[in-house]
Amino acid sequence: MMAPTDADIEKLEKQAEKIRETIISMLVAAGSGHTAGPLDMADIFTAFYFHILSHDPKRPDWPERDRLILSNGHICPLLYATLAHAGYFPVEECLTLRKFGSRLQGHPERLRLPGLETTSGPLGSGLSQAAGIAYSYRMDGKKPHIYCAMSDGEQEEGNTWEAAMFAGKNKLHNLTAVMDRNNIQIDGMTEDVMPLEPLADKYRAFNWHVLEVNGNDIRAFIAAVEEAKAIYEKPTLIIAHTIAGKGVPEIESDYHWHGKPPTKEEGERFLKTIRTMGGKISHEYS
Amino acid sequence: MFNENAKLSEKVFADNIPQAPTRDGFGKGSVEAGEADARVVVLCADLKESTRAEQFEKRFPERFIEMGVAEQNMATVAAGMANAGKIPFITSYAAFSPGRNYEQIRTTIALNNVPVKICGMHAGVSVGPDGATHQMLEDIGMMRMLPGMTVIVPADAEEARKAVVAAAKTDGPLYIRFGRVATPVFTTTETPFEIGKALTLWSSESPKVAILATGSLSYTALISAKNLSEKGIETTILHVPTIKPLDTEAILSVAKRTGRVITIEEHQSAGGFGSAIAEFLAQNFPVQMRILGVEDKFGQSGTPEELLAHYGLDAKHIEEAVRKLLN
Repeated sequence: MMAPTDADIEKLEKQAEKIRETIISMLVAAGSGHTAGPLDMADIFTAFYFHILSHDPKRPDWPERDRLILSNGHICPLLYATLAHAGYFPVEECLTLRKFGSRLQGHPERLRLPGLETTSGPLGSGLSQAAGIAYSYRMDGKKPHIYCAMSDGEQEEGNTWEAAMFAGKNKLHNLTAVMDRNNIQIDGMTEDVMPLEPLADKYRAFNWHVLEVNGNDIRAFIAAVEEAKAIYEKPTLIIAHTIAGKGVPEIESDYHWHGKPPTKEEGERFLKTIRTMGGKISHEYS
Repeated sequence: MFNENAKLSEKVFADNIPQAPTRDGFGKGSVEAGEADARVVVLCADLKESTRAEQFEKRFPERFIEMGVAEQNMATVAAGMANAGKIPFITSYAAFSPGRNYEQIRTTIALNNVPVKICGMHAGVSVGPDGATHQMLEDIGMMRMLPGMTVIVPADAEEARKAVVAAAKTDGPLYIRFGRVATPVFTTTETPFEIGKALTLWSSESPKVAILATGSLSYTALISAKNLSEKGIETTILHVPTIKPLDTEAILSVAKRTGRVITIEEHQSAGGFGSAIAEFLAQNFPVQMRILGVEDKFGQSGTPEELLAHYGLDAKHIEEAVRKLLN
């Protein structure tokens, strides 16, 4: 992975906006689904699939690929949109999200769509699957790096901490977890529903290397991943502080947008917001 | 009389028939499977002695993974390992795996369709003194309802060994149920075993009742058949180690021959082995039927013999059920 140039960053940021647009369109077409998480993690998923991961959309089963395990499957509109823009399947297919017969199930099913690494939705079981893959790869001397994208809400699941303990015990340095610290969950703000802090201290106590970054800053995130890969004695957690619903100011940081889609009218308004960079430019780019 | 093709032990009705718990078969079988295929790994949740996983650990320390007391993590780490090309066997007591980690098994193993082999030890009331918390009686039902899950309940330690070896060669998710207490080893290395096949243990010229049994109660059924035969009541015993997929041909055949079916299992009578047989026969060849199992109750402490008798899972109760069905 090369350090990104300014031009690379600009390109990635534009790509992330395209992905956000697709997410809005898919959610409007589906009429249900999650909005906030997919939008706020769009910068990170763009960084993964357009810069960090060694992968090949033409060969989804390529054994040498790095693997990104999505633990909080409900942000799959983002994963689908990113995979489509990366070339795994046609972008138009994104509009079949949650429809009968679609490969884009409401929560991701590994065997239905190329590019999906696991089946997920029920929270708290992605980190342990990622740890299982990382453990196996290390047993076999395989080089690819394993990433796990997870939510902050699912830190309330016991299975998450069992996995953290296992990865810490086994010093799985080929595992990097990324937590979407957007502070919201369905019933409210995480610290009201069930306080999670101090998250960094907790993971450090479980023998993890912990980094904290602005999850909407692509350059900072890539730098954090580079550091994670350089840590040899421990797995690394990157706590990515994101703004829930990032990119659409009128819904940003509002937990009510965790689990609902925009209406058609809202969708049109959100798209306009994204295309005018939040009103900073007068003409919508295409 | 015995089905000669079953190649049962010569000591089958002898007082000195060797006894061993079916979990011993896991110990031996897992080592054999590990020797045959380097992808086999065994995960353990702090119970390596009682699950016999330590035999695999001794032979393949680098392929043995101690998870600590964390069954949900064991299931999901195994799902990841299977995803990465391994054939993981996960081992614990059935009350905890699949008891505690059912959702993880459902989503990350069954729906994800990866070849994790779930080994549930200490199933049934014959666990004995540990009491109800550790006597799993709902696992067959939980596991057989999952799409794509194979479910096996071996009759003795030898068949358990064969089942473990066979399990490692299958592509999908699979559950094997084991017991704690030593039970007669009445099958031999020559006894046929194939996933999905039932085995006639006992037959006669004109049996009046078919007894379908699974697990170590197949031996109990055999004792009943002998006792009944001595009193002029002829039966046939079909041992059904694979509860899913069922050997429908063999089941249909004995149902047609006898018109009366009794099932017996160390499990809730609702949702388990008998239910699987009833679901099949009710839709294909309805016959008079009795399901012997634990009747909507939890277990309790006691000796295995006391408990099996208390819950109606001994030879005496099978024989009573046969007589009632004939009246």
